[in-house]
Amino acid sequence: MPELRDLYQEVILEHSKAPRNFKALEGANHKAEGYNPLCGDRFTVYLEMDGDKIREVGFQGAGCAISKASASMMTQSVKGKTKAEAEKIFAQFHELVTGHSQEHEGELGKLAVFSGVSEFPMRVKCATLAWHTLEAALEGKQEKISTE
Amino acid sequence: MSAAAAVPIREKSATKPSFDVEKIREEFPILRTKVHGHPLVYLDNAATSQKPQAVIDALVRYYESENANIHRGVHYLSQIATEAFEQARETVRAFVNAAHTSEIIFTRGTTEAINLVAQTYGRAHVGAGDEVLITAMEHHSNIVPWQMLCEEKGAKLRVAPMNDEGELLLEEFEKLLGLRTKVVAAGHVSNALGTINPLKQMIAAAHARGIPVMVDGAQAVPHIAVDVRALDADFYAFSGHKMYGPTGIGVLYGKTALLEAMPPYQGGGDMISSVTFEKTTYNKLPHKFEAGTPDMAGVAGLKAAIEFMNRVGIEKIAAHEHELLEYATGVMGALPGVRLIGTAREKASVLSFVLEDVHPHDIGTILDQQGIAVRTGHHCAQPVMERFSIPATVRASFAAYNTKAEVDALARGIRKVGEVFA
Repeated sequence: MPELRDLYQEVILEHSKAPRNFKALEGANHKAEGYNPLCGDRFTVYLEMDGDKIREVGFQGAGCAISKASASMMTQSVKGKTKAEAEKIFAQFHELVTGHSQEHEGELGKLAVFSGVSEFPMRVKCATLAWHTLEAALEGKQEKISTE
Repeated sequence: MSAAAAVPIREKSATKPSFDVEKIREEFPILRTKVHGHPLVYLDNAATSQKPQAVIDALVRYYESENANIHRGVHYLSQIATEAFEQARETVRAFVNAAHTSEIIFTRGTTEAINLVAQTYGRAHVGAGDEVLITAMEHHSNIVPWQMLCEEKGAKLRVAPMNDEGELLLEEFEKLLGLRTKVVAAGHVSNALGTINPLKQMIAAAHARGIPVMVDGAQAVPHIAVDVRALDADFYAFSGHKMYGPTGIGVLYGKTALLEAMPPYQGGGDMISSVTFEKTTYNKLPHKFEAGTPDMAGVAGLKAAIEFMNRVGIEKIAAHEHELLEYATGVMGALPGVRLIGTAREKASVLSFVLEDVHPHDIGTILDQQGIAVRTGHHCAQPVMERFSIPATVRASFAAYNTKAEVDALARGIRKVGEVFA
């Protein structure tokens, strides 16, 4: 039986209450909006790209604890990374939360706290919303992305 | 006989436990389910109710011994199936007190019934510059079909507002009934808030201006006795699956004169009386609106569901649910951080709430871990969420088989949410 504590780990709760980089970036040159129509979660991800590199990242919006914490920790993990590096982290993160593979759990560092999400399939979209939005921002897409 | 002698008899019948919730629970096999090691506490009845054994048996019996296409064959089974189907129509007629069985049209559900009216009556009567009036608490199913119609016709969708308790502002509603208003569409009971709308007054006000009213009764029929003639509703739609019946079957009631004048909805079998390549003559009511082979098993199940409700007694179900709702309102309202959304004086079955600092989706997961099924989200009523400036709510909704112990479990569950997020 999945345990609540596996999902709501201290780090996750802490980030959901005090999200990092929770701001609109004035100098953003990439931006995307993500929306989960199922629960109404809505985030905007702002990127300040320096060529291929993410110099600054911020987000704003509202959502559940999982989606907010995931967005917060995402900003920490991709800051200073290149587009390709960020995309690789997302791919590994996606495998982890969907339960497909845990082989990159070590590489994911702090993000590994989201491994419990795989036991709660209904919550995978919460954990990945900000990441999908980041991906859209990196691609320079301006349209709103949706998890549905 | 003295009046005093009559009193004890009444008292005796009043104290007799005529509604035995434990007995009712035994009729619902799914309630024996364990969820994550806990007994299932099913409080998502506004989404869909569970089904009693009698309904499940009716579906099985239909396929085991009655299945044949209706209104066609001359053979034995076809005749049996046709008779059963038309008997079910009579059961539905009596259930909502319609005047004639020809006013009872079987649909896939409430949504299809509303679309039917919008696409037939609506398309025939709503033109450019005309208006359709709905209320601020409608389910998406009673917004979008009218929006589509208005877009097609260049008509305007008007919305009657509600107050902070979630009650319709009747005066504002009446002010919005204008010369260009061609149809009113309103929910009987709000799925997100539980508000019972003052339909009788609304319909009378619309009729005083010659405007017909379509009622979305999906959330009303399971919880309160509905009499379409007493309401004087022109159209009334409901779904089987929210009233202990199967999915995929619903009902549109319509007044004969309106239905007669309406063009058909879909073309196909059963809705025609003769076809040549030059011209088709449509079948008489209600078949004119029932194109294609209908959900015959679903109709059998719906009949069994109505028989179940009649056997238990809709008044008794209503009284039991009302007591539960009052109890839950007290218990939940007293929990720290809980804000009830929808506090109308007249309510049925639904308790919607938000919890300070915790998103409904997180609450839903934590409750689920304790075997408690609630709905979390916008309940297909996004404009209602916007009205209350919230993204979503937690919604507990009650049926005949719910108990006060389950309300207590919900309250314990919410305290657990507090512990996790402490």
